[in-house]
Amino acid sequence: MIRTSLALARRTLLDAARRPQFLAPLVIFPSLFLAINTGGLHRSTDLPGFPHVGGFLDFQLAAAMTQSLLLGGVAQGIGTALEIESGFFDRLVASPIPRVSIVLGRILAGAVIALGQVLYFVAIGLIFGASIAGGLPGLLIVLAIGVLAGTGFCALGVMIALRARNASTVQGIFPLVFVVLFVSSAFFPRALLSHPADWIASYNPLSYIADGLRDPIISSVSLQPVLEGLAAAAGVTAAFVALAVAALHGRLREA
Amino acid sequence: MSRNAAMIWALARRALNEITRVPGAAVPGVLAPTIFMVGLSGVFGQAARLPGFDAADFRTFIVPVGLLQGAAFTGAATGVNLARDIERGWFDRLMVCPAPRTTILLGVVASAAVRSLLPATLLTCVAFALGVDFPGVPALLLTIVLIMALATAIAFYAVIIALRFRTQQAAPLMQMGGFIAVLFTAAYAPKALLAGWLSAVATVNPVSPILTGVRQGFVGDVTWHDTWPALLASACLLVVLGSWAVHRLGRVGD
Repeated sequence: MIRTSLALARRTLLDAARRPQFLAPLVIFPSLFLAINTGGLHRSTDLPGFPHVGGFLDFQLAAAMTQSLLLGGVAQGIGTALEIESGFFDRLVASPIPRVSIVLGRILAGAVIALGQVLYFVAIGLIFGASIAGGLPGLLIVLAIGVLAGTGFCALGVMIALRARNASTVQGIFPLVFVVLFVSSAFFPRALLSHPADWIASYNPLSYIADGLRDPIISSVSLQPVLEGLAAAAGVTAAFVALAVAALHGRLREA
Repeated sequence: MSRNAAMIWALARRALNEITRVPGAAVPGVLAPTIFMVGLSGVFGQAARLPGFDAADFRTFIVPVGLLQGAAFTGAATGVNLARDIERGWFDRLMVCPAPRTTILLGVVASAAVRSLLPATLLTCVAFALGVDFPGVPALLLTIVLIMALATAIAFYAVIIALRFRTQQAAPLMQMGGFIAVLFTAAYAPKALLAGWLSAVATVNPVSPILTGVRQGFVGDVTWHDTWPALLASACLLVVLGSWAVHRLGRVGD
């Protein structure tokens, strides 16, 4: 199972490398938002209650990462749906491989792409004047939470694709990415969100993932937000991987 | 002349039919600006407390941005639809019909102007329901004119991209053009509060006066001082992008 999962992950990554136009929007749109948010609202750090940060870019980096990782999940979902539409998925099902590796291979590839996405935004931040206050341990924590969360979002995309079976339906969830982001503390401190966004944000796992990504960037590593971030990312991943595998079994039963 | 008008109407009606024929494709474009308006005002609402913010609240300030975003999405969708027609060969059949190419182009983009009123209507209704003050009839009429003009201008841009790349895969490029044009302005805060680089970009961005023209009625009174630059910028965008699109269309088949 591990060998076939790795082989399918490699295939997905090679496919992504051959068609970078599908990967570019994962970083371009969040980069544009990052530029607009930091350029337009950089004075927000003066607001009473805003945490002490080196600059608004430092604060917004976690938001851009979270947004990019969610879009990565949508992209992997579209990729899975296209394989279903083109018949490649059926050929994989008919081949003598563990069927769960079809899902795991795609999710594994999503994890590798998530690592690239997080590193991209760290690089963008450093180039434009942000700093990782937590140093190397902080960077490693950011990478760990980012990759774990990206894996979970990828599993979510795969699950939706297996249920929907067509790319246009998966593409239709794009606005929902922003809905879940807007009701989290990804873009602004929870204490400064309007009601009821602040209330929803306290129950939204994205808030904890974003805060966990942010903490090592804006301050020295604090145990609580990091552990909450890791727990939220691990919970999201465990839940969505299980749901994606269940969706695969459901689809195989129908076939 | 009447034959050209009939052709423009037929093409525009065909594009408008897609709203009822493929509602799933139209819904995200209609909903997205409202989601952004509600979401951004919920997230960044406290920014209105910053000294120098010249609006009663952040929601009122951001409504015009949502209106222009809706227009930009609609314009980009026109290009995506054209790219799909190119991929399926329908556009080639259109090119060999005995009609002036300018007429065909106007038919393609005319639908964008009308369709842009859909997200604008939804967003305005939601904004009023959430407590944004009615800006007055003159401000609303000016808003409608500016939204339709921007949607048409972005549609011209998207048509240029569609004719250049001839594939729906160029859709992000079409959407990104409108996205950048609308948001790299004083979208989130008054110009005085923007970072230096964004303030410089907003100064030369032709959509900035259009945003000011739409926003004036929501945050204050409609004045000629803020109206004429908006109308002039809209006209310039239409002339420049329209001429470019006509030129691009003229080269099809060369």
